[in-house]
Amino acid sequence: MRRAFTAALLELAERDRRILLLTADLGFMVLEPFRDRFPERFFNVGVAEQNMVGMATGLAEAGFLPYTYSIAPFAVLRPHEFIRNGPILHRLPVRIVGVGGGFEYGPNGLSHFGLEDVSAMRTQPGITIVAPADRQQAREAILKTWQLPGPVYYRLGKGDRATVPGLDGRFELGRAETLGDGTQALIIAMGPIALEAVAAMEALAARGICCTTMIVSTLNPAPLEDLTRALSHFPVAVTVEAHYVAGGLGSLVCEAVAEGGLRCRVARCGVAVVPRGEIGSQDYLERLYGIGKDAVMETVVRALRLVA
Amino acid sequence: MEGVCSTPKNPNRELNLLACGVMRSSIIAPQPEAGAVGKYVSRNDMVTAQAIRRVVLTQAKTANVGHIGSALSVAEIVAALFGGVLRLTPVGDPDRDRFVLSKGHAAMALYAALFLAGSLTEAQLASYCADGSLLGVHPEHTLPEVDFSTGSLGHGLPFGAGAALAARLQGSPRRVFVLLSDGECNEGSTWEAAMFAAHHRLSALVAIIDVNGQQAFGSTGEVLNLEPLAQRWQAFGWDTTEIDGHDELALKHTIENLDTAAAAPHVIVARTVFGKGVSFMERHLAWHYLPMSDEQYRQALSEIGETW
Repeated sequence: MRRAFTAALLELAERDRRILLLTADLGFMVLEPFRDRFPERFFNVGVAEQNMVGMATGLAEAGFLPYTYSIAPFAVLRPHEFIRNGPILHRLPVRIVGVGGGFEYGPNGLSHFGLEDVSAMRTQPGITIVAPADRQQAREAILKTWQLPGPVYYRLGKGDRATVPGLDGRFELGRAETLGDGTQALIIAMGPIALEAVAAMEALAARGICCTTMIVSTLNPAPLEDLTRALSHFPVAVTVEAHYVAGGLGSLVCEAVAEGGLRCRVARCGVAVVPRGEIGSQDYLERLYGIGKDAVMETVVRALRLVA
Repeated sequence: MEGVCSTPKNPNRELNLLACGVMRSSIIAPQPEAGAVGKYVSRNDMVTAQAIRRVVLTQAKTANVGHIGSALSVAEIVAALFGGVLRLTPVGDPDRDRFVLSKGHAAMALYAALFLAGSLTEAQLASYCADGSLLGVHPEHTLPEVDFSTGSLGHGLPFGAGAALAARLQGSPRRVFVLLSDGECNEGSTWEAAMFAAHHRLSALVAIIDVNGQQAFGSTGEVLNLEPLAQRWQAFGWDTTEIDGHDELALKHTIENLDTAAAAPHVIVARTVFGKGVSFMERHLAWHYLPMSDEQYRQALSEIGETW
């Protein structure tokens, strides 16, 4: 997804001279194509995320479209107040790019995990939040949102290889994409963990449990119409996110159910505890913290049992 | 209420001031001679430190709020900037100089200068801190004359560095002036921006530090020693000038003679007195917070003296 970002941004930058790329010293083997093509529009600001977002605000005020780039927690949490008092307060088109939500930087430890970036941004009504599920969707999302007048947070996966089968890069701002047509349970996923959700749907189908998977790639504006319509047809919904359970996709779905007066029961697969310090691969950590395929399957089965 | 406060700059401000003559004279010259309102045409030479102090005191008294000490210590700095240094072409002119009041809590001095320069009306000024006013304790960019909202310390220099970089990229002659507090030099983000601006030789950027020696809960010497402040900025690669911050002519002379084509950003370390001009406020931390009694207001005004 990172390279898809660079490629899409290169295309846009050829067309629009306002586009600048700022990085807080990250992007090795990712951002070089942009740096080499547009050296005068590329700034490594150093390990200084607050200044990066503050400067992006000053640049946007003068008419530029600055993209700031770092690993998700550094991109969002360190300069959180600058995002709030900068592009959000001033309603300026700064694009915050945070790479590697969830456990994608597995061996690097909690400091590098993006577990609350979406909830942090979702508390701010003034910023669009886009969390694509794979590189094709990331490309589509970047190309469809670059001209938005306000700030955008892009939560991009680190990996570039895996794609969600059947998604085919579909993306509409404020809409959700649907895969499958099962009627027993609705699985709702955000970001690259959607791969696990789809794998769980397929494995459940083999066991005779037919589900639908919905992929939510815009957290703000939330796809409330799509969610409400879908949720009203299912007795059970299971949310899946590589993120803490509070404030992200699971919370959004609970809000939709409660505010829509729906009868659907929601179970959330997300990270519920502070990681204890074990490191490991992304797969290992996703299993350990209950957001991998098996956990999704178990959660669906348990939730169905509860409503039976 | 918003209609009153968000009215764009009135190009016909002399008439406006004549219409507001009585109220205006009560602020600037409590007992003007009959017919004296005719003198109150807005010109740069009306923006004097003494007039700013009188307006500040009246705003603070009318709204019954504090933050007086900081607004008084910057009076000469703001007078120098708005009394001829800043190229304040109409809002919307891309080449207009930018001014960032990074120490947003001195907003009363900014409003006073804008009023004296004819950019704010009497009615706007009188609305300070009232329900629905755009003139708050800290400046908001919703006011057309304010480019950047501030209030949270440590934001202004990053905004300014971005604005100065934008000017360079756009080939614009505009300069960027950022007025910081000394306490604000506690903020790491200030030094992040200082490093960036020096590295990129942003010579259109001028930082002025109001070294009044007070911060919110003690003197700067007691809380977190900043000295030797000028040498620190010098060590960060800035063209540094240390000056008496109450010498308006010296300030103007220094700023006007800065080499904005030089290879470094500029900083003016302006030594000031907190609460300058009002004996019982000078160097007293309480005047970061306290409003004035009627008697204190009368005494303060009499100490400042009459403008005309």
